[in-house]
Amino acid sequence: MCLGIPGKVIEVRDEGGLAMGRVDFGGVRKDACLAYVPEVKVGDYVIVHVGFAISMVDEDEALRTLELLDQMGDLLQQELATMGPGMTEPAVVDLGPAAAGAPS
Amino acid sequence: MTGAPTDRTALDPLAATCPAPLAEQERVLLGHGSGGQLSAALMRDVIAPALGAASPGGPLNDAALVEIGGQRLAFTTDSFVVSPLVFPGGDIGELAVNGTINDLAMMGAHPVAISLAYVIEEGLPFDELCAVTESVARAATAAGVRVVTGDTKVVGRGAADRLFVNTSGIGVVPEGVDLGADRASPGDAVLLSGPIGLHGVAIMSVREGLEFEVEIASDTQPLHRLAAAVLAAAPDAHVLRDPTRGGLASAVNEIAVASGVGIELDEDAIPVPGPVRAACEMLGLDPLHVANEGKCVAFVPADHAAGALAAMRALPEGEGAALVGRVVADHPGMVTVRTLVGSERIVDMLVGEQLPRIC
Amino acid sequence: MKYVDEYRDAARAKALVREIRRIATRPWTMMEVCGGQTHTIVKQGIDEMLPDGVRMIHGPGCPVCVTPLEQVDKALAIAADPAVIFTSYGDMLRVPGSTTDLLSLKARGADVRIVYSPLDALRIAREHPDRQVVFFAIGFETTAPANAMAVWRAAEQGIDNFSVLVSHVLVPPAMEAILSSPSNQVQSFLAAGHVCAVMGWTEYEPLAARYHVPIVVTGFEPLDLLEGILMAIRQLEEGRAEVENQYVRAVRREGNRMAQETIFRVFDVGDRTWRGIGQIPASGYHLKERFQRFDAEHRFRVGDIATREHPACIAGEILQGTKTPLDCTAYGVLCNPQRPLGAPMVSAEGTCAAFHAAGRGLGPVARPLTVLAPVGTPGAGR
Repeated sequence: MCLGIPGKVIEVRDEGGLAMGRVDFGGVRKDACLAYVPEVKVGDYVIVHVGFAISMVDEDEALRTLELLDQMGDLLQQELATMGPGMTEPAVVDLGPAAAGAPS
Repeated sequence: MTGAPTDRTALDPLAATCPAPLAEQERVLLGHGSGGQLSAALMRDVIAPALGAASPGGPLNDAALVEIGGQRLAFTTDSFVVSPLVFPGGDIGELAVNGTINDLAMMGAHPVAISLAYVIEEGLPFDELCAVTESVARAATAAGVRVVTGDTKVVGRGAADRLFVNTSGIGVVPEGVDLGADRASPGDAVLLSGPIGLHGVAIMSVREGLEFEVEIASDTQPLHRLAAAVLAAAPDAHVLRDPTRGGLASAVNEIAVASGVGIELDEDAIPVPGPVRAACEMLGLDPLHVANEGKCVAFVPADHAAGALAAMRALPEGEGAALVGRVVADHPGMVTVRTLVGSERIVDMLVGEQLPRIC
Repeated sequence: MKYVDEYRDAARAKALVREIRRIATRPWTMMEVCGGQTHTIVKQGIDEMLPDGVRMIHGPGCPVCVTPLEQVDKALAIAADPAVIFTSYGDMLRVPGSTTDLLSLKARGADVRIVYSPLDALRIAREHPDRQVVFFAIGFETTAPANAMAVWRAAEQGIDNFSVLVSHVLVPPAMEAILSSPSNQVQSFLAAGHVCAVMGWTEYEPLAARYHVPIVVTGFEPLDLLEGILMAIRQLEEGRAEVENQYVRAVRREGNRMAQETIFRVFDVGDRTWRGIGQIPASGYHLKERFQRFDAEHRFRVGDIATREHPACIAGEILQGTKTPLDCTAYGVLCNPQRPLGAPMVSAEGTCAAFHAAGRGLGPVARPLTVLAPVGTPGAGR
C-alpha cells in the first residue's frame, strides 16, 4: 500500500488541534496532515500517503543512495572499457567494498 | 454488466473459456464515456449493430467525409458534459467550439460553420449562460467560423448537470487530402504537437473530492491552422488525430488497430510538463491516459517528418512539438514503449473511467 | 520531481541490472509483498531483465485484491442504503463482490463518493449531519495511521454520523503464512517500504532468523527495486539471512512511533480472512471496543452475507504466488480489466491487471472485449 509520494512542506498550521500543512509535489500543491511528523519544518520533504505525511525524507541518505549507484555506474564504465573486440564479457574488474549496498 | 443473477447455473470452470453470453439487462456505465476500451466496445457491440445499414461503417474518424456535388465536406458532432463548467484555462463554451473545429481539422478540412445546441438544467443563472455563450462567440470568431444554427432545451432540476452543449460542424476538404485512421503505414513518423495531460489535470484539480492547487490550465485551442501547416509541409500525411478523452495512448491505439500496424513510442520523447507528471504521481494515473484538448498527433511519411515538425513548431499552437515514435510492421494493432531498463512494454488504451488510486 | 526522478534514471538502472547479472550464480526465487512494487516491476519490465533462474513471485501485496469478499459485500449492502453516503478510495470501486461492485451501484443511483483521504470522508460527515457517512477503511499498515486518526477525530469531535467499515490486513503474518506453507518456494522477500516507514522492521527480524530468508526493506521507484533485488541476491549468494534497508531515505528501524501509538489507540490486532487465501490468525486490525460505535458493521445490520467467488477465478493461487495469470484459463479471455472476475484483475497493482496492462500472455491478437456479461459474472465494469 504504497502510493506515497515525496513532497516539500511549504506551510504548517493548526486546524482545531490537528497539525496540517500544505505540501508541494513538484508543482502540485495539496494539504496533508502532519500529525505524524511533529518535527517537520517548512522546507522539509515528507512522504505523503492518503493525505497524511507518514515519514520524513532524509536528504543525506537520499544522496548517499544515489552516490553509491553512481559509483556502480562508474565501475560499469570501467568494465566496459576492458572489453576488446570479440569479447562478450569484460575482463574481471575488482569492485571492492564500495559496490556493496547500504545495509541497515 | 451486472444485475443479480439469482437462478443462473454455476459456471463450469473448464468451460469458462467459451461461455454463451446471455443478453442480460445491461447498463451503461460512466466508463463507457471515457474514450477508452469500454467506449469502443459500446460503439462496436451496441450502437453500431443497432444502426446497421443506416451507417456507412468504416473506420471511426474524427469527422465523416460526405461528398456533395463533387465537393468533399467534413461533418462532425460532439457533445460536451464537462463539470465544472468553468475550469483553469477555459469553459465548456470554448471547449465545445474548439473540439468540433479540431475534429474537422483532423480530416484536413477548413472549418466553415458550426451549430450550437444547449440542454440547460432548470435553475442555471442567466449570467453563467451568458458567460458560456460569450466564450462560444469568442472561440468561433478566433477560429474564423460562424455559429449558424442552434437549439435550446430546458430540463428539470437534476436532469442535466447544469449545462450540456452539443456542437456540430461542417468544413471543406481540399482536393488531394487523404487522411484517415486506417492510413498509417510502416515507416511513418509519429509527431506530437506539444505537451500532454494538461486538460485532464486542470479538470481534476477542480473536481470535487480531489481539489489540488496546480499551475496548469487546459490546453483547449483550435488546431486548424496547425493542421493546415502540417499538410502544407507534408501533403501526403496519413493520419491526424487530436487525442482527447482516453489520452494519447487511446488515440494511438485506435490508429494502430484501424491501420493494422504496430506503433513504437519513445517515452522519453513525449513531453509531459512537470506538474502534470506530479499530479499523475499523486493520483496514480498514467499521463498517457490523461485527456487533452489542444494537441494533435500526426502520422507522416518519414521523409516529410522533419518538415512537418518544423511547421508545427513555427506556430504557437505547436510549441513543444516533438517526434515521439514510429510506425512498424511488427505487433500490428499494438502500441509499445521502451522502458528505462531497456525492455518493451505494451501501452494499452484506457479501459474505462480513470479513477485515482491509492496503491 | 525531487526524490522521484533521480530514482528513475536509465543509466543507473542499467548499471544495477548489470551488477545483478554479474553476482547471481544460481537460480533464486524472491517475492515482493506490495502492490505498488508489483506495479513498477511489471510496468518497467524489471522481472524480465533478471538473469535466468532469478524470478520474482508477486505476493499478496495489493490490499484491494485481498480485501475479503465478505467485507466487499458488506460495503455494497451499506452503500445501497439511501441514507448513506458511502466513501472509499478510488481503487475499491471496481472490485467485484458476489453480485455487483460499487461503481455499478453508483450507476444505479447510490451515493458512492471517491475520497483521497479519510479526513475528506470526515469532512463530508460534518457537512451532511442528516446523512450517514461510511468510510471503507481498507489497507495494509500504511493507511492505518490515517484511518485511525479519522476515527480518533470523529470521537473527539462527536461526529456521530460517521462510521468506518474496517478491513485492514498486516504484512508480516502473510509472509509467515507463505513461509510456513509446505509448498513455499520463496527464498527472500522485498518488504514494502511504506509499511515499514510506519511500522519499522523489527517484526521481520524473527522471520528472517526463523526461516533463514533475507528480507530487504525496499522503496517503489525502479532504482529502489533494482537495488533491493541486488541486496537480496547478494545475501542469498553469501548465505546470509538478515533484514536490510534499501529505502534508507524514508525508513528507520523503529518506524514512526507516533503513527504506531495512534494505530494502537484505535485498533486491536485480530484474525482476518484474506480474499483468495483464507483466514490468517492475527493478521488484521479491528476497532477497539471503545470505538465500536464507529464500526459500520455494528451500526448497520449487514448480518450474514452469503459470499460467492467466481468459480473460474484463481485469485488465491495468484496471490500466494503459486500460479501466474498465464496459468489461468480465464485470463485475457473471460477475465480482463473491463470484466474482472476477481480482485487481482481490478486493482492497477493486482498481478493480473499488471500483466494485462503490459500485454503479457495476450499475444498479437485483436482484443476480444465485449460489453455483454458472460453468465454468472459478478460485478464488472470500469
